[in-house]
Amino acid sequence: MPTTIIETNTTPFGNPTIDPVTLDIVENALRNARVEMDATLVRTAMSPGIREQGDAFPLIADRAGKMIVGQFGSFIGGFLKSWDGSIEDGDMIFLSDPYSCEGAISHSNDWLVLLPVFRKGRLVAWTAMFGHQSDIGGKVAGSMPIDARSIFEEGVRIPPVKIYRKGEYNEDLIKLVMHQTRKPDWCAADLNALIASCRVAARRVDEMCERFGDDVYVAATQALLERNHRAMKSLIESSVGEAPVSFEDYICDDGVGYGPYKIKCAMWREGGRVILDFAGTDPQSQASINFYLNENMFKMFFGIYMIMVFDPQIMFNDGFYDLIDVRIPEGSLLKPVYPAALSGRTHALGRIFDILGGLLGQRAPEFLCAAGFSSSPHLMFSGTDERAGKANEWFQLFQIGFGGIPGRPFGDGADGHSLWPGFTNVPNEFLERYFPLRIEKYEALADSGGAGQYRGGNGIHMTYRFLSGGTVSIHDDRWFTYPWGVNGGDPGARARKILEKADGTQTIVANKLDRLTVEAGDQLHFITWGGGGWGDPLLRDPALVALEVRQRLVSVEGARRYGVVLDIEGKVDDVATTNLRAHIAATRPAAPLFNRGEEIEVLRANCLAETGLPAPQAPVWASRFAEAAE
Amino acid sequence: MSYRLGVDVGGTFTDLLVIDEATGRTFRDKVPSTPHDPSEAVVAGARKLTESAGIAPGSIELFLHGTTVATNAVLEGKFARVGLVVTEGYRHMLQIARSLVPGGLAAWIVWPKPEPMAPLEATIEAPERIGADGEIVRALDEAELRRRLETLRHEKVEAITVCLINSYVSDFHERRVAEICAEMFPDLPVSISADILPEMQEYERGLTTVANSAVRPTVSRYVANLERELTAWGTPAKLNLLRSDGGLMSAEKSRAAPVNLLMSGPAGGVAGAVWVAKSAGFPNVLTLDMGGTSTDVALIENYTPRLRRETSVGHLTVRASSLDVKTVGAGGGSIAYVPELTGALRVGPQSAGAVPGPAAYGKGGTEPTVTDANVVLGYLPENLLGGSFKLDRAAARAAVKKVADALGLGIEDAAAGIIAIVNENMFGALRLVSIAQGYDPRDFALMPFGGAGPLHGNAMSRLMGSWPVLVPPSPGVLCAYGDATTRLRVDAQRSFNKIVSATSDAEVAAVMDDIAARVGAELAAEGVSAADQTLKFEVDVRYAGQAFEVPLEVERQGFSIGALTARFDAEHKRLFTFNLGVPQELVNIRVVALGKAANVGAEEIARGDGNPAAAKMRDHEMWMDGKAQAGAIYDRAKLRSGDTIKGPAIVIEMDSTTLIHAGHVATVDTYGNILIRPEA
Repeated sequence: MPTTIIETNTTPFGNPTIDPVTLDIVENALRNARVEMDATLVRTAMSPGIREQGDAFPLIADRAGKMIVGQFGSFIGGFLKSWDGSIEDGDMIFLSDPYSCEGAISHSNDWLVLLPVFRKGRLVAWTAMFGHQSDIGGKVAGSMPIDARSIFEEGVRIPPVKIYRKGEYNEDLIKLVMHQTRKPDWCAADLNALIASCRVAARRVDEMCERFGDDVYVAATQALLERNHRAMKSLIESSVGEAPVSFEDYICDDGVGYGPYKIKCAMWREGGRVILDFAGTDPQSQASINFYLNENMFKMFFGIYMIMVFDPQIMFNDGFYDLIDVRIPEGSLLKPVYPAALSGRTHALGRIFDILGGLLGQRAPEFLCAAGFSSSPHLMFSGTDERAGKANEWFQLFQIGFGGIPGRPFGDGADGHSLWPGFTNVPNEFLERYFPLRIEKYEALADSGGAGQYRGGNGIHMTYRFLSGGTVSIHDDRWFTYPWGVNGGDPGARARKILEKADGTQTIVANKLDRLTVEAGDQLHFITWGGGGWGDPLLRDPALVALEVRQRLVSVEGARRYGVVLDIEGKVDDVATTNLRAHIAATRPAAPLFNRGEEIEVLRANCLAETGLPAPQAPVWASRFAEAAE
Repeated sequence: MSYRLGVDVGGTFTDLLVIDEATGRTFRDKVPSTPHDPSEAVVAGARKLTESAGIAPGSIELFLHGTTVATNAVLEGKFARVGLVVTEGYRHMLQIARSLVPGGLAAWIVWPKPEPMAPLEATIEAPERIGADGEIVRALDEAELRRRLETLRHEKVEAITVCLINSYVSDFHERRVAEICAEMFPDLPVSISADILPEMQEYERGLTTVANSAVRPTVSRYVANLERELTAWGTPAKLNLLRSDGGLMSAEKSRAAPVNLLMSGPAGGVAGAVWVAKSAGFPNVLTLDMGGTSTDVALIENYTPRLRRETSVGHLTVRASSLDVKTVGAGGGSIAYVPELTGALRVGPQSAGAVPGPAAYGKGGTEPTVTDANVVLGYLPENLLGGSFKLDRAAARAAVKKVADALGLGIEDAAAGIIAIVNENMFGALRLVSIAQGYDPRDFALMPFGGAGPLHGNAMSRLMGSWPVLVPPSPGVLCAYGDATTRLRVDAQRSFNKIVSATSDAEVAAVMDDIAARVGAELAAEGVSAADQTLKFEVDVRYAGQAFEVPLEVERQGFSIGALTARFDAEHKRLFTFNLGVPQELVNIRVVALGKAANVGAEEIARGDGNPAAAKMRDHEMWMDGKAQAGAIYDRAKLRSGDTIKGPAIVIEMDSTTLIHAGHVATVDTYGNILIRPEA
């Protein structure tokens, strides 16, 4: 049963002609309202994940739920299709259960608020926002247990409920939810912030309707969707071939000893429509790395990548969705069956973008980027503060780290930057002021970016010194497989995590783990992956390589990967460089389009020696999932 | 008799204005800028103006000055090579920045990776560490630091920034490092982050301080030149520079903290516009300051320009307050061209500048500029600058013909195309400050100024729906008006960071008084007696745990925390729709001391009978809306209040030319402002 929309005014909207200036004004105003949503959220939220890092996603949709402005495309259509309640003026929906909204949000940590905007008895728009809560209860602090076997271990799970019903706030409901989390103060403030952001946007929509008239506003949203549909249609026809291309990549492991997991996607065009088919993707995991991928969200990812790669001038919205058909096998890693655990989905979510890049760029290698969208490294640190004067106060940190941006057709990848839109790092002075931490080192790790004509961005070497004992969780990937290079570029370096005790003893720890106990004085070296390189490293200007050695972004030894030899003063040794480059060119094998470093089985064989960690075992799965995923 | 002198240096012209402090009477002039050393035109122009007005240099008390030297240094990348000293472990602090890639999903694919403002190869790690509570975790190893600093010698840095972790809590190591730098490099200016921006967040503090260092040599040199020239001229006038936020600061402070000057030039225009808006009675105004090389736009709401906690110049954004001004590279000198590849008509951002200038100036320029297009269309008829400056119409036509030929158009149509494109560029900037901020431009008047603004104002209002067009008298020297009429400003803030229950009215009041005494003394040292000072008090409030504060202005007399938090709750609810049951935290306490406002009322002009015939110079044909149209030229100096002029028409004066479109009517108000509206 789909959702019932109760409108007290049944007059249909008119269909006035929209002049292009009005259309531009409406689009600009909506885009600005979206920016205002972000600003409101950041200014009123309390958890560092949202207020410092921006882990939240706003959107404004038309009355049918199609996104007009936003980032990840609209999930409202899917919600309206599957939720059998009714919506009327003054209602506001709150939810967090991925299984109740077709994966519109993909783990229970993301809390979503949906606000229908009514005017004079008619629905004119939706505003919505979701944000990652630092803790929602469950068996580990941070609520993302790697070894969870079902979603019931991952904290409070909220089905679609009305936080406001006809304007009346449901306080008991919120009390019940807040009782489940270790950080009710953050959750309460962050939820209020999400609500406030949706209300700000609703107010802007209301003002626009007042100014232009409800009919003009509604017609303008439709015109914006159509404009995008036209642009994407011609882009698809010119850029996607009828013969299938396919690409596959891997999640290194599931944190409980198995891996890697394959994600495969094929793409072809049938007439004006693009088919994106994930057949061949591995079955779902028994642990929590599953990623419930919403089809519409993937359409948006695809659309945005098309636009960025081929024509960055086009504005994106949901207008083009009917041009794309996404097929995801039931029971696969990307469409796990209830009640599979979902909290550790960040790795597959990131990997989807490497796959899109590889898929779209194959036919036009000049537009191809290297890999690097490899994960969203997390660190969780919690406990009771043992320092003098801190009275054993509970502390809990959830922090997102960054690796290197891949080498690109337009130049080098940035060092230690975010591939996620709007994300920033947490100022280290902030961490030190509010948590028992000292950040001893925060630098781009030399040579970790893949060598290439355009260098992959270096990963970050961040050293946390713990000033109080506590418990650590880590989520990262690309420690076993490499972020691949393209067009002759080398792969980037893999991620590593090292625990160093006060006496200097070092232990390599896993890149996905929970419940690591640390003591005051311990240091954790949190080292992220570098981006893959783009193009032949021998074509890079030797003077630039020498400069980057002075900048300690590349080591003297690392410069040799570019065939560059430096003299004792750090200047380019021209003769030696010419000779080395000639030697490398003559002896190296032909460059593949994608350089993945090694085949999986070779990686497996060398894993312990190279990474200090045992190789993951090939996953085995229950036959019903294996069949379903085929 | 005492006078204040306002001077604004633009890319093309230097504008000067002398105000008699007793009567408000003004004298003005405009001379070509001298980009190789802007102080030359400043002092030469000032001499000329005061001589012709019969004012002795000894009677000028204040020399108030907006300058773009810092701005241009950043925009042109001609800033100092800065050596940066950071805490060990943080050598890539500027390289990693905030890890933010601007734009949406996948924007990283096309994002041009920026270079850090202080080169990484000239970034030094100081062996030291201070903790978050200010304690010394590792003492500074001075010998090792000295050894590492040697690198800066062969890296040939021209200025040094010191930014150490947690220096906003304790600047102990920062100051010691700075002392060592000063010892080793006595010729280099050293900027300390705890001085420039004593706030948490190492990257923002570091970048702002690096930007300060980067423009310091340029600004110091400039200020020193000016002071030397002023002394040589024989004036005792005290030099003050206009800050980005519209306040004035002393020359000495400008030399130490020039990061506050990055938007000094545009701030002058906005300050001048506020002054005009007040006298004309239009509280909501969009400003369009169109000069030779660029155009600045801003939004004034209820006589108050929007202020930002940041200053952005080109790609650089630093934490220093500024008026919210958007700049677009479009001006009278912008060059029009037709790229072979696309065959599209482009205008700017390249500019003919002051030298050689537009073809019509007859100084050797041959490329077609916006000014040339205006000449071709007949919008710039006779001469600029009241006769001392002839326009070469034939040269303008020859230049525009290049574009016309490339496009296969007639010369007039090509000229009209150039104007349409440059207007569209400015339209984009105006939308950014209005529509994109949620304002409806139809609620605003549009005030065009700068040398070229009044030529384009009517067209811009037609695009924006902002009426009337308000052309102030002597629009070419409005920035100088702003410079001359704003007030000295000194402010200081202190981190307080206390939950309301942990403090008291008396404690907060004591901090306010303490800061007030400091800023008051600083302003007194600038020569403003206590009686002439105005003090403003502000407290930043938030719910404990939030990252952002709401600044609230408070009265010192009868200050009460209870009243403050009640206002905060109300404001939070207005801004964000909710309140929290969390205690409020008083984050910062700030005091602003303002000097006396200049006694400058607008001068009234004589009342006329509505008929502008006396001001009419002659009939004049111009090209408008695709055809030649009959119009007339008027002399602004002879217009009387109440006069009404029907477009198409041109009103000329010494420093600017106002164009009134066909179908529009201009009226002259009491103060000589020209108000253009569509014909009823």
